Amino acid sequence: MTGVISQDVMARSATTTPSPQIRSAVPEVAKLIDESKCIGCKACQVACMNWNDLRDDVGDNVGVYDNPADLTASSWTVMKFYEVEPKAGSLEWLIRKDGCMHCEDPGCLKACPSPGAIVKHANGIVDFVSENCIGCGYCVKGCPFDVPRISQKDNKAYKCTLCSDRVGVGLEPACVKTCPTGAISFGTKADMVSYGEKRSGELKERGFQNAGLYNPQGVGGTHVMYVLKHADQPELVGLPNNPSISPLVSLWKGIAKPLAVAGMIGAVVASFFHYVKVGPIEEKSEDKNDEKEKA
Amino acid sequence: MTNSWTDIKNADLVLVMGGNAAEAHPCGFKWVVEAQQQRKAKLIAVDPRFTRSAAVADYYAPIRVGTDIAFLGGVINYLLSTGKIHLDYVKLNTDATFLTKEGFGFDNGFFSGYNVEKRSYDKSSWGYQLGEDGFVKVDDSLENPLCVFQRMKKHYSRYTPELVSRITGTPKDRFITICEMLAGTSATNKVMTICYALGWTQHSVGSQNIRTMAMIQLLLGNMGRPGGGINALRGHANVQGITDMCAYSEVLSGYLSSPTEADVDRTTYLASRTGKPLRPNQMTFTQNFPKWFTSLSKAYYGNAATVDNGFAYDWFPKRDGAYDVLAMFERMHQGKMNGFICQGFNPLAAVPNKKKLSAALAKLKYLVVMDPLETETSEFWKNYGALNDVDSSKMQTEVFRFPTSCFAEEAGSFTNSSRVITWKEKAVDPPGEAKTDTEIMARLFQKLRAMYSKDGGSLPEPVAALTWPYLNANFPTAVELLREINGKALADVVAPPDPKNPTAPPTVLVKAGEQLPGFAMLRDDGSTSCGNWIYSGCFSQAGNLTARRDNSDPTGLGVFANWGFAWPANRRIIYNRASADKDGKPWDPSRKYLAWNGTSWAGGADVPDMRPDAAPEQGVGAFIMNPEGVARLHAVGMNEGPFPEHYEPFETPVGVNLMCPTNAKAVSNPAARVYKGDLEAFGKKEEFPYAATTYRLTEHFHYWSKHSRSNAITQPAAFVEIGEELAKEKGIKQGDKVKVRSNRGEVIAACVVTKRIKALDVDGKKVHHVGIPIHWGFKGVTQNGYLANSLTPFVGDANSQTPEFKAFLVNIEKV
Repeated sequence: MTGVISQDVMARSATTTPSPQIRSAVPEVAKLIDESKCIGCKACQVACMNWNDLRDDVGDNVGVYDNPADLTASSWTVMKFYEVEPKAGSLEWLIRKDGCMHCEDPGCLKACPSPGAIVKHANGIVDFVSENCIGCGYCVKGCPFDVPRISQKDNKAYKCTLCSDRVGVGLEPACVKTCPTGAISFGTKADMVSYGEKRSGELKERGFQNAGLYNPQGVGGTHVMYVLKHADQPELVGLPNNPSISPLVSLWKGIAKPLAVAGMIGAVVASFFHYVKVGPIEEKSEDKNDEKEKA
Repeated sequence: MTNSWTDIKNADLVLVMGGNAAEAHPCGFKWVVEAQQQRKAKLIAVDPRFTRSAAVADYYAPIRVGTDIAFLGGVINYLLSTGKIHLDYVKLNTDATFLTKEGFGFDNGFFSGYNVEKRSYDKSSWGYQLGEDGFVKVDDSLENPLCVFQRMKKHYSRYTPELVSRITGTPKDRFITICEMLAGTSATNKVMTICYALGWTQHSVGSQNIRTMAMIQLLLGNMGRPGGGINALRGHANVQGITDMCAYSEVLSGYLSSPTEADVDRTTYLASRTGKPLRPNQMTFTQNFPKWFTSLSKAYYGNAATVDNGFAYDWFPKRDGAYDVLAMFERMHQGKMNGFICQGFNPLAAVPNKKKLSAALAKLKYLVVMDPLETETSEFWKNYGALNDVDSSKMQTEVFRFPTSCFAEEAGSFTNSSRVITWKEKAVDPPGEAKTDTEIMARLFQKLRAMYSKDGGSLPEPVAALTWPYLNANFPTAVELLREINGKALADVVAPPDPKNPTAPPTVLVKAGEQLPGFAMLRDDGSTSCGNWIYSGCFSQAGNLTARRDNSDPTGLGVFANWGFAWPANRRIIYNRASADKDGKPWDPSRKYLAWNGTSWAGGADVPDMRPDAAPEQGVGAFIMNPEGVARLHAVGMNEGPFPEHYEPFETPVGVNLMCPTNAKAVSNPAARVYKGDLEAFGKKEEFPYAATTYRLTEHFHYWSKHSRSNAITQPAAFVEIGEELAKEKGIKQGDKVKVRSNRGEVIAACVVTKRIKALDVDGKKVHHVGIPIHWGFKGVTQNGYLANSLTPFVGDANSQTPEFKAFLVNIEKV
């Protein structure tokens, strides 16, 4: 659980009680990652593992600079390197800091069946509350960005917390603090959108005509955003073009869930009438025992 | 750096070449990013690989390893043939107008005076013509064919874009584009900076790589100016401090050339190092050499250094030959060394040709390793399978390991690339029995001195008479040492007599016992002591100025004058007089750094690198350390020629120097030192067809950080990099294990197959590169790996002897 107290919890997985409404002055926050300033030094990875007391296994080289090669339960952010040629002969080495996007409409939270295992705070941070996690992996299926990872050690799901413990006491996330080139900024969502648009404009001036802000509306916008050199092709850096929550999750939480609830209520009602009309179901254990003995 | 990290933000154009600043200097690189965003500066990366720097650059060009002089010589030719130079600056601040000797020449790969047998030059035909007045003859019109400008123009006219492209493999159009971008900074309101590092130094022509760029910066008028300069990005947090404090044999502290056998007495020694002006009115700051050296002698020997004994000159060691790292290991390899104290140094990993080093270490009687970590060197005798396949039973060397404190476990200072000395306090105690390096050395010294006083010896004085003024003789504190380095007055330091009133009582400038305010107070009469003249002023009566943490920047030019202390004299940009024109007005009013206000140079953004009252009309040059007063385009001090010339690496994938294809003796640097046995160990392109280079990764620091789990996670195992085309030829796929061989050894590692290394067209032939990061070994928490310098050649730069780690030949195959 994080340092944020419950009045800040705006949404809670598998919970029907209404969220607290008393706090009206909590600003929404966002982290902005400027791809054009990132040199892939991985200082953010080290800051993340140090602040969060995580140490992944020392792996091996599998033929790329990415290490660990992907997000894991102990690596909540990793640098992804993409050698691309958007135009023939124009090599670019795009480097993207991968991790949780902290969606405004979080698929993980929607998918989670365990009450209070995933919460969304008033400031926009989506956080996993590990003691409530049952390790079912629905959050993995629910995430349009393939972020949560289930630990082999304790069978719980983990991902970036956006340093909710730091943010809760007025600090920036550890990765933001450590970034040597200023590629990662942190502030209110409004400020970050505005700065991201300014940076996109500057990149256009520099010749990246399709530079832009990645703040996908399919998930209601995100609290981790990117300034991309080629915002028209986010898939160049492994980002979905129009991310949305999996239809299966929508089905589960949207249509299927009321149906299931209706089904359950129906079953209760049916058994009540059955009881009234037919009376209690009588156990026939003695008969079974007799049969066993005979056998 | 002539300038500073924070000054990079003032640049309009940043060239990253001979280095990979984003990779190796990620923190300092923020100022490049700042310049890109705030000034709309452009960033150019030139490198055999498309690097992390290239990833954020505006323009990139590939280049074959070891051909930087061909590239930069081509730039000089472009600038001179198109006239896109800052002519007023060149006339004011360089030796372009100076006349050279008639006998000087260059023919087919050799400058005049070459001796093939000795592999060295008689330099008597190089240099300037002196007039009867003792000053250099000049031609202000720049038309005399003997003037440096015309000599240079002729020399570099051979570096045509076509030939440059044939040698370097850089596509001609990319080369020309870069020439045009650089040439744009010849305008008075445009400035370029260059960030380089080991990618230029670690070559057999390393010093000349840097000189060629310095010449370009002079031609463009970019030296001494905010946003300009020649900027060597240093690696270790304190490697600048190491060179400043003389951790190598050619110099004493503060770059004072150390005595050689030829310097038979103090007078001879001082005479050959004390500057005399080569042009009228020049400051020739080296005329103060006797003051610096005498004050250093007093710091060493205190009261034992007297006028009568020539301030203990006889006790200084006199060089009888080379003592650079290659020379040391050559001696060791020849069995001429008994013992070796290896302090904060992992030579088995850090010096070329591991096989030779290992054999050399095995010939020692004893080896002492002082290090916070278990280094490979300290276990050179232990068998680690293929990674260190030695027979321990045949090793006689006794090895002592002294655990030392790490940087955070001791107080002291770092001197960074910007020459800024920054104080730090101890954060934690060192673990276990680890002690600071200072304490270990102090205790060792006490023992040695006791032995000398008990047993005597042929010359005990250099040790016995050393001054040791520390409160605890076994533990000199960092504060005591920095105070000693700064220097103090041993007697009252008085002002020279006033010519107007010669009988007036002398003015006392510094009282006896006080810390000196700066090197201007140093005297050669024994009244001052100073451990390093360039650091003088860092710990004055005002206290420890290196501990200052004022990050205000009133001019907005990134000066930060009250943050730490920059040598010399807290000056943040050296040669900064050159930021103003001949009348003392800034070349670019929007970056006003200092200006002549009618009576003084003071009051600008920085400490003036000029006598404060030297009016512009006196013509005092901005390059005050040179007797010329100006910067050298023609430098006699260089061992392979006064103008940089392209020579191939000692292992060349081309086999011929296209600048002089008929001269087989000038394929590689004709003045570089090659030891017997090492020549035979050079590989040939027929057997080793690929150009290889070693480098560092941002996730690691040399061979230390492999002991740190966090670093190990982010880059866990050794790899080599090749381009897709070579991978296809060799049937190598992403992540395959490959064996890379040179004529000296081999490494096996995972293969990164990348689009970022492309085959280059060199003189019609395809040259592939193999990239070899260096960080792995057989100690630490990363996956164990081969030491990369199993592959590298044992040859160095002809001036500095820095090994040629950046260009050699290998073959590669799938394991």
